[in-house]
Amino acid sequence: MQRLKTPSDLKKLREDILAKKDPNKPAIAICVSTGCEALGVKEVIKAFKEEFKKQGVEGKIETKETGCLGFCEKGPRIVVYPEEIFYFKVKASDVPDIVSKTVVNKEIIERLLYADPVTGKTARDLPEIPFYKHQNRLLLDNNAKVDPKKIEDYIALGGYTALAKALYQMTPEQVLDEVKKSNLRGRGGGGFPTGRKWESTRNAEGEPKYVIVNCDEGDPGAFMNRALMEGNPHSILEGLIIGAYAIGSHEGFIYVRQEYPLAVENMQMALEHAEKYGFLGKDILGSGFDFKVKIHKGAGAFVSGESSALMTAIEGKVGEPRPKYVHTSEKGVWDKPSTLNNVETWANIPLIINKGAEWFASIGTKGSTGTKIFALAGKVNNTGLVEVPMGITLRDIIFKIGGGIRDGKKFKGVQTGGPSGGVIPEQHLDSPVDFEELAKLGSIMGSGGLIVMDEDTCMVDVARYFVNFLCDESCGKCLPCREGLKQARRILDNIVAGKGKEGDVENLQEIAEATSAASLCALGQTAANPMLTTIRYFRDEYEAHIKEKRCPALVCKNLISYYIDPAKCAACTLCFRNCPVEAVNGERNKIHIIDQAKCTKCGTCFEVCPPAFRAVQKLSGEPVPPPIPEDQRWIKRGEKANSKRGVAN
Amino acid sequence: MSMDRIDRIIDKYACETGVLIQLLLEIQRELNWIPPEAIMRINKRLKIPVSEIYRVASFYTALSLKPRGRHLVRVCAGTACYVRGGPRILDSVERTLKIRAGETTEDGKFTLETVNCLGCCALGPVVEIDGQYHGKLSSASVEKLLSKYN
Repeated sequence: MQRLKTPSDLKKLREDILAKKDPNKPAIAICVSTGCEALGVKEVIKAFKEEFKKQGVEGKIETKETGCLGFCEKGPRIVVYPEEIFYFKVKASDVPDIVSKTVVNKEIIERLLYADPVTGKTARDLPEIPFYKHQNRLLLDNNAKVDPKKIEDYIALGGYTALAKALYQMTPEQVLDEVKKSNLRGRGGGGFPTGRKWESTRNAEGEPKYVIVNCDEGDPGAFMNRALMEGNPHSILEGLIIGAYAIGSHEGFIYVRQEYPLAVENMQMALEHAEKYGFLGKDILGSGFDFKVKIHKGAGAFVSGESSALMTAIEGKVGEPRPKYVHTSEKGVWDKPSTLNNVETWANIPLIINKGAEWFASIGTKGSTGTKIFALAGKVNNTGLVEVPMGITLRDIIFKIGGGIRDGKKFKGVQTGGPSGGVIPEQHLDSPVDFEELAKLGSIMGSGGLIVMDEDTCMVDVARYFVNFLCDESCGKCLPCREGLKQARRILDNIVAGKGKEGDVENLQEIAEATSAASLCALGQTAANPMLTTIRYFRDEYEAHIKEKRCPALVCKNLISYYIDPAKCAACTLCFRNCPVEAVNGERNKIHIIDQAKCTKCGTCFEVCPPAFRAVQKLSGEPVPPPIPEDQRWIKRGEKANSKRGVAN
Repeated sequence: MSMDRIDRIIDKYACETGVLIQLLLEIQRELNWIPPEAIMRINKRLKIPVSEIYRVASFYTALSLKPRGRHLVRVCAGTACYVRGGPRILDSVERTLKIRAGETTEDGKFTLETVNCLGCCALGPVVEIDGQYHGKLSSASVEKLLSKYN
C-alpha cells in the first residue's frame, strides 16, 4: 500500500483494483456478523474451505466474509456470485451441494432459496422477497459487497471519492452547507439537525476541536450500529473525516462498547488501512488536511451513550452526564468544542456529498429526510435489520417487511426508541415513522429499536422491565431520576406481584411527570415514556392487575398458576421428568397433577407439553380446580392413551 | 506474577491522558478481575487517586472487583430476549448453578451475569458463555448446555 497523494491517485488505484477483479470469477459472500456466528457460520466457512480442496477448485473461488445482511431470522445467509444467488439457513451439510451444483454447474438449489411461508413459492432474486422488497437499503446494501477487513473492496465501490470531492472541490463551508441542506438529523435518537451541530462546533472558540462517533449502542434490542460498524467500517470513517474537514477538527474518537468485540476489531483494521493509503494522518490525499482517530472502548454503562457522559468517559472518568447549559458542541471533551454523531449519521455523509443534498432530501418526509435503519425484533416473524425511507408506516414495517406476528398470535404493541421510548398500540400503526409523528404518540424515534409485542406480553410487566432497567442504569447523580425511578419501580413491583392498590396508577403518572421535568439528562427526562404510554394505551391491564389481581397476558408470576387439564393430559411424563422442583406428580398412563405448594412457576412444564395436547395451562384471576380423585387418574390403554401415545419416547 | 503483567499494561498507557478506562479494561481482560494490588499500582505509577480508580472500576459493568469464575455466563436481559422468555432462562440458570446473577459458584467454575443486550435479537433468548453465543434456548435446555463446561 502506498499513500495516495491526489484524487487521481485514488482514481487510478480504483481502476487497478477493478481491473484485477474478474467479474465472472465465482465468489461466495458469507455473513459473519455476530447473529450468523451464533447460528454456526464458522462451521459453514470451514466446510467451504474443505470442499474447495476436495472438489479441486481451490483458488478459483473467492470467499468473502461480510457484515450483516439483515435477514437474521433466516441466517446463515450466503450470496453466490457472479449470478447473485441468495441462499438462506445454510448448514455445513449443504456446502458440498452448493459447490458442486451452484458454483461449478451453475444450478440453483431450490431448497436453499427463500420460500414464501404461505405459498411455498421460492424467490430467486432479493426484490422478490417481501422482507427486502419494501426496503431502501442505501447504507446496508454495501454490507453484502464488501469484506470489512479489505479497504480495497470499499474503494472498488467508489469509497473515499466523497472525501476526495470534499477536500478538492469544496470548501469546508460548502460541505457544511450541503449537510445543512440535506436536512440530515441525528440518528442516535435526538434527531438534532446534524448541519447545525457541526456549525456550532465550527464557530465555537477553542482549539483543538474534536469529532466523535457514538457506537455505544446500549439500547436493548437495537443492533443497527453494530451491523454498520462490523460490516462497513470505512463508510463511517469516511463520513467522520469529511465532518472533521467541515468543522476544522484534526482529532477524532470512535467510541465503541466493549460488548461488540468484532466491531472494535474491524474498525481498528479500517483505521490502519486508511492510514496506509493516506486517508488518515498528515496531508490526507495530498490536500494539506491532517486528521487522526483513536478508538475508545466503553466499559458497559447505558448512561455513557448520552453525549456529555460519553465525552467524560473519553477523558477516562466515570461516564456521568453534566448539565448542558453550555452545549457539548461548544464545550465537550476536555472542555473543547466537540461534535458527536451516531454511527448511522456519519455513514450517511459520504452519500450526501457524492449524490447531493437534493437527492438525499428527496427521500423520506419533509421534516425527516433519508432512510432509517431499524432493528426489528421480538414477536415478529422476520427478525432482522431493515432500512426504510422515513415516513413509511409502522404497519408496513411490521406486517409487510416483518411478515406479521409469530405463531399466528395477535399484535399488541410495538416499542420504539428503547427504554426511552414508548409502546405504540394497534390503533396508531398507520402513523408514519418520522421524528415528530412518533413524539406525538408519546414515544421517540430513538436509535431504531423496534420490539414487537403480541398478546402474550404483559404491558405492566414491560413498563416494570424498562423502569427496572433505567433504575439500574441511572448514574445516581441527580435526585429526580435516582429516587423517582426507584419509587416507580417499587410501585410497579407491587402491581405485578398482586399487591397493587387504588391510586398506584395516579402516583406513577405523577412520578413520571416529575422525573421527566426535573432530570438532568435524557435518561431521566425520557424515563417516563414507557410508563406513560403503557398507562395511556393499556390502562385496562393495570386495572386488572390492581383490582382483580389478574394478569390478562398470563405473564406475572405471582398472579398465575400452572394447571394440567385432566381431560387433555395424555400422561406422557414429559413435564414430570422436566420439572426442576418435582412438583409434578404422575407416571406413565397416570394423569399428571401439579402440586401447587411446590410449584415455582418456572414454566418448564408449559414449554415441554407437546402442542398436540396443550394440557398444561396458565390460569389467572381464578382458583385452580382441585386435583381429580386418585381412582380417576388412570388412563386405560386403548382409550385415550393409544391415540395419543408415542410422544414421550 | 501478576504484578509484572500489570506493570506491562501500565507501561503501554503511561504517556497518555484519559486512559484509565482503557487501562482497567485491559487488566480485566488479562487477569479476569481488578485486584486491589492493580488499583494501588496504578495509583502509584500514574498518580491517579485511589478513590477515582475505585469509582471508575465500580461504575462500569465490564469491570469486576471480585475474581470471576473460569467460565463467564452472561444471560441477555435485552428487551427482545425479555419478551421471548429471557427471565425464565435466567431463573433456570440460577437454579442450575445455585447462584444469583452477579455471583460466582463456590468452586470458582462459573460467574453469572446479566447483560443488557448482545445485539443478536433474532436468536432470543440468548446466553453467552465465554464469548460463544447460544440462541433460541428454552429453560429445559439450560442444564444440558451448562453441563458441557468443566
